[in-house]
Amino acid sequence: MTLPFALLAGLILGGAIAAVSARNRVHSGLFLAASLVGLALVFLRLGAEFLGFIQILVYVGAVAVLIVFAILLTRDADSPRERIANAPVSGILIALALFALLAWGVLLWNPGPPPAAIPALPVKALGDRLLRDYVLPLQAVGLLLTAALIGAAVIALPPPRPGAPDAGEPKR
Amino acid sequence: MSPLKLHLLLAAALFAVGLAGALTRRHAILVLIGIELMLNAANLNLLAFWRYGPNPEALNGPLFVLFTIAVAAAEAAVGLALIIAIHRRYRTTRIEEIRRLHG
Repeated sequence: MTLPFALLAGLILGGAIAAVSARNRVHSGLFLAASLVGLALVFLRLGAEFLGFIQILVYVGAVAVLIVFAILLTRDADSPRERIANAPVSGILIALALFALLAWGVLLWNPGPPPAAIPALPVKALGDRLLRDYVLPLQAVGLLLTAALIGAAVIALPPPRPGAPDAGEPKR
Repeated sequence: MSPLKLHLLLAAALFAVGLAGALTRRHAILVLIGIELMLNAANLNLLAFWRYGPNPEALNGPLFVLFTIAVAAAEAAVGLALIIAIHRRYRTTRIEEIRRLHG
């Protein structure tokens, strides 16, 4: 294990554990952002520079900020602190058992020798594949994103007050 | 230990942390944070297999990760909108208090 990988793994796992165990929810969102930055750095080290920057743009720039906004918007009148579930032991045990199972499988598995050269990730080739072989999934993802954003805006709209004129219906 | 195994172990640990968060927290946004961590662990797996597996020039791993990131972004947007709507309706985001659909 190299030192940079160990540092990054510590950042990712430490940020993730702090994010799911912090008592202050705003801190949770910020720890999540730290963990995702560490993951983006791992992507960079794996040779997928484009995806590392996408990760920073989409996750750290959009999703983490969105989560922090939602935490602030739904803050109750009381303190944002929260107690953990009364019996978190079973959940933690399930997660530990899953990790043990996955680690057991990984450690028993014997992969072939890794390739000597770092594979290149040319953005041009990625775009070629996207627009040639994967053009239908690409369109489907575009449709999904459009529908999701419109749906999110509609869901989060305030409900019409009773008695107020309904803006959607033409007045008679 | 080979670097592929190290990355897989890191992804497994990240997935387990996300699962523990999603199972033990009682606040809807924190459950969503756990789900995001699990999705990111899957992305790390895909990229590790692309980097250290055979036939990397097919670029299947990065393409999968691109699609996963897009779908996860849509999921986060809809999930947070639902949480805001629920908060407006019930004045709470603690998932044990939202029992309107309880059987």
